[in-house]
Amino acid sequence: MEFIQDLLLFLKERKKWWLLPLILVILLVGILLVVAESSAVGSFVYTLF
Amino acid sequence: MKILGVSAFYHDAAAAILINGEIIAAAQEERFTRKKNDPSFPENAIKYCLQESGCRLEELDAVVFYDKPFLKFERLLETYYAFAPKGVISFIQSVPIWVKEKLFLKQNLRKLLLEIEPFDKKSLKLLFPEHHLSHAASAFYPSPFEEAAILTIDGVGEWATATICHGQGKELTVLKELHFPHSLGLLYSSFTYFLGFKVNSGEYKMMGLAPYGNVSSENYQRFVKQIKENLVEIKEDGSIRLEQSYFQYATGKRMIHEGKWGKLFGIKRRKPTEEITTIHRDLALAIQHVTEEIILLLAREAKRLTNSKNLCLAGGVALNCVANGKLEDAKIFNQIWIQPAPGDAGGALGAALAANHIYYGKEGLEKNGLDSMKGTYLGPSFEKTIHELTLRHHTEKAPVVQFDNFEELAKQTAKLLAEGQVVGWFQGRMEFGPRALGNRSILGDARSPVMQSILNQKIKNRERFRPFAPCVLLEDSAEYFEVNGPSPYMLQVKKIRAAHRKPLPANYQNLGMMEQLYVERSCFPAVTHVDYSARIQTVDGNYNSRFYKLLQEFKKITTFGVLINTSFNVKDEPIVCTPEDAYQCFMKTEMDYLVIHNCLFSKEQPTQSSIHK
Repeated sequence: MEFIQDLLLFLKERKKWWLLPLILVILLVGILLVVAESSAVGSFVYTLF
Repeated sequence: MKILGVSAFYHDAAAAILINGEIIAAAQEERFTRKKNDPSFPENAIKYCLQESGCRLEELDAVVFYDKPFLKFERLLETYYAFAPKGVISFIQSVPIWVKEKLFLKQNLRKLLLEIEPFDKKSLKLLFPEHHLSHAASAFYPSPFEEAAILTIDGVGEWATATICHGQGKELTVLKELHFPHSLGLLYSSFTYFLGFKVNSGEYKMMGLAPYGNVSSENYQRFVKQIKENLVEIKEDGSIRLEQSYFQYATGKRMIHEGKWGKLFGIKRRKPTEEITTIHRDLALAIQHVTEEIILLLAREAKRLTNSKNLCLAGGVALNCVANGKLEDAKIFNQIWIQPAPGDAGGALGAALAANHIYYGKEGLEKNGLDSMKGTYLGPSFEKTIHELTLRHHTEKAPVVQFDNFEELAKQTAKLLAEGQVVGWFQGRMEFGPRALGNRSILGDARSPVMQSILNQKIKNRERFRPFAPCVLLEDSAEYFEVNGPSPYMLQVKKIRAAHRKPLPANYQNLGMMEQLYVERSCFPAVTHVDYSARIQTVDGNYNSRFYKLLQEFKKITTFGVLINTSFNVKDEPIVCTPEDAYQCFMKTEMDYLVIHNCLFSKEQPTQSSIHK
């Protein structure tokens, strides 16, 4: 929660809302990559692509 | 008010602690982990800072990180977006690191701090000043000035690569910024890479190589012209525009397009093990001079914007001591003060100072004409742990002499130095910043024509062409060197006075690089570079009375209060931190003697088991 709050504050302060979708996609893909690297979820992630 | 500053995760991780505006302790993580330029979370440096200050984490008002991770991520995204599809692979590679570590820095910092000791997560404030604000704060607040122009120049922080600020009391105003990808630091690093040195640590080697270049050679003149016409556009205010088609650092993991540089300069990138030739020397000199030109323009712009008489400098480029010396000679400002840890390690200190003065609005210590860096002796001391080493040294059947009287030790050490011995000198608190200033130093006789070669080859194992720096009694400095005042942090290069120079042989220009270096060109050949310059440390009795005393004793014997002072380490290792590190370094090199506090270690066979004076 704190992260999302900080991120939204940052985007508001910088007036860079256009970065939000980009950051969300990167976060999702990134989290998927990090999870895939380190857990049993890896084999399921493979089928997603 | 208790504030801990932290820099980490890029290079040169460090920690620093302030109590009520006073700098209590600061240290770089590499000294504890023994990994040069260690970027990892500075767990050991933080533990040391807490111990030295007698603070616990839960007592701190704030922990301050030296840059803004979100702003850096914004730069990353916008840069890749601007250059797309170039750099897509590098972008994909960097995403997991950002998602895993850097983007969640606040949460990760708390987690890492909790591994040191428990504290209440809700009550500990975490702050993130901008990278260049941290540099500016590290330059201005500890300086002796109430008011000053501030110039910070480095590779890159978030967006800024150079800033001009104005400091007045506790106020610090950013007046002008130069933004990525246009960066003087990255331009200099690109040449460092092209000339076969390591980026982020080999810049000073290229700076040491530059004086071997020939300013009247055709190559040098061609290189300066080509750099200015093709690589960098220099504006009147010192801002620059780098022609990005020649560079790769914005989107890739390499600094430059080697092929395009090869075509431009007519030489291939030098491999690290390849011989250094005349053309490499001329190219190093050309970029050094272009860098100096840009720094002087930036300083003039800082003067124009602030009309200040004083200048404070920080950022990695402030380690370019040759440019610093020329900046002082240009007399744009009456006084210049350079943060002794101007690189990212000093950012930890700057971040803490910025929080203290700007965020909390607190005053620093009263300025009485001196800086508040305490001679930059802000690291750990180990006065109680020497006993074990002396015992171990006895078992290795070499003598240790323990002196009750420091004056006797200083006399004995000065005598050894005057006889041409190389002495490791370990005293008191470790220096903060890249220079050894007499507490973690290797010393030798600057008058000896062979000492440069002995130190480079037998002890430091480093490149033969690199010069050594002198330390000199403050009161004698103006007699030997063209100095305008004290230089306690070894951050300025100045020429040796004409009276102490010796004439060069008629065939000097035809000699090879090493032959040129070994020509005896002054009464201190070991510390005189080929252009008669020297990176000077002036020593007074205020901050390091022991080192001052040693120089005085050396002067009594030789009439010269000048010694070689080089950092206590070997090539590619950090400077020693503990007596154990110093002892290990002493035993594995051809150093003749080692002084730790009041003990003199040698390698000769003992004539008696121990001498106690």
